[in-house]
Amino acid sequence: MKQRVILHSDCNGFYASVECLHNPAIRKKPVAVAGDVDNRHGIILAKNEIAKKYNVKTGEPIWQAKNKCSELVVVPPHFQQYQRFSKMAKQIYSQYSDRVENFGLDEAWIDVTGDAIGRSGVEIAHEIRSRIKYELGITVSIGVSFNKIFAKFGSDYKKPDAVTEITKENFKEIVWTQPASALLYVGRSTRKKLENIGIYTIGDIANAPVKTLRDNLGKWGDLIYSFANGYDSSPVNPIDYYSTVKSIGNSTTTPKDLLNNEDVKSVMFVLCDSVCRRMREQGLFAKTVCINVRDKDLFSFTRQTKLTEYTDITRAIQNTAMELFMKSYNWNKPIRSIGVSLTDLVPNNIDRQMNILDKRIVDAKQEKLDRTLDRLKQRFGTYSVRNGNLLKDRVLSDFNPKEEHTIHPVGYF
Amino acid sequence: MKQYVSVTAVFDEDGNLLPINIMWDDGRKFPIDKVTDVRYAASLKAGGAGIRYTCRIGGKEKYLFLEEQRWFVDAKEC
Repeated sequence: MKQRVILHSDCNGFYASVECLHNPAIRKKPVAVAGDVDNRHGIILAKNEIAKKYNVKTGEPIWQAKNKCSELVVVPPHFQQYQRFSKMAKQIYSQYSDRVENFGLDEAWIDVTGDAIGRSGVEIAHEIRSRIKYELGITVSIGVSFNKIFAKFGSDYKKPDAVTEITKENFKEIVWTQPASALLYVGRSTRKKLENIGIYTIGDIANAPVKTLRDNLGKWGDLIYSFANGYDSSPVNPIDYYSTVKSIGNSTTTPKDLLNNEDVKSVMFVLCDSVCRRMREQGLFAKTVCINVRDKDLFSFTRQTKLTEYTDITRAIQNTAMELFMKSYNWNKPIRSIGVSLTDLVPNNIDRQMNILDKRIVDAKQEKLDRTLDRLKQRFGTYSVRNGNLLKDRVLSDFNPKEEHTIHPVGYF
Repeated sequence: MKQYVSVTAVFDEDGNLLPINIMWDDGRKFPIDKVTDVRYAASLKAGGAGIRYTCRIGGKEKYLFLEEQRWFVDAKEC
């Protein structure tokens, strides 16, 4: 089989780069994008190259970052801008291939095997790199390789504004000498397990007996073994590919701790409203409701329950989520964050068993009401029609997970 | 500095959008003599990115950007 040519493009310090482009005054200063402190979302989401030199890390609280770098400029995120730039970058990628697969907002694989005018992967990578810089005003680093994993490795290897090629000839030199954690899917806990059996580099993984890896890591052992040896053969998805939705969820860290069931109800109702609207938009029914609760000491747990029948009625989901919560929480500590997700999804044109005794789950009247409310909210905004009980505590209920939280974390599988 | 401006533009029969006049907020109006280049570009000076029209205005070459629905120029340039 012909060797594939795959690029992985990674926008350097994406959020921070977009902010710096739009605000020339902060461009030469250390800049970090962070959530709102007053609403307790004050962690670093991204930083620019200058802030990186001060060892400012993504995911740490603002105060900690400011301890490292007192002159750090902290700006709030503008997700719509990031989405716009992500889309513009994708438009550029799509001029080189119809196989473009996004990995989050700021990364993408591009399969440029068999370029129509015979350019090499590195040539195309340099062209993309300079076009993004010129047309978008931000920088990318690009890895070029024969599989997706090494291409991603290459984009991390040298940045910003750089191209790294990993070939069948040089991967042992470049990839194998790097620490195991530089490989996709070797996180903190996998790294620790590997160190316990004397595996420190990617080369160590590649040369370890696969059985040893499997015994210690289960099926992930096989996976990282094949990653390290360059055996990954997963395709780059076509540009219009949409994966089947397995779950729909929203969660939030609340502006103040939740102290009782009433508080939880306010937040839970808003979250359920958002996930149910998203479910209906996609034409789905759900049967399983999951809740996620994190207390103020950051201890968290998940509980789930099954409904008697598939549904998309907001009230049914709200009541189920609330019942589940009351059954599973004993209020020994206030709550800091809460989430709701729906799984077990099916298309909403399936046949369902009506239940004349319990009309909560399958109820044509409620379904009609939900659809009317959806249309009103779509035309006049989320806050145009609301549950009366949400007006009791606006600090807790004035948030809009449907529109504010459109960026969801992604996984490779 | 990024300065949003109001612009009179026309769509020609092929659907191309061409700017005709730039109106400054103090009422001054600058007719665009010719658009010599159109391409996607970022403006590092003004801070933005979009479709960049290279315009000849009063014998000088100026950049005019269309960023989504709004037009802007780098204010030092006009």
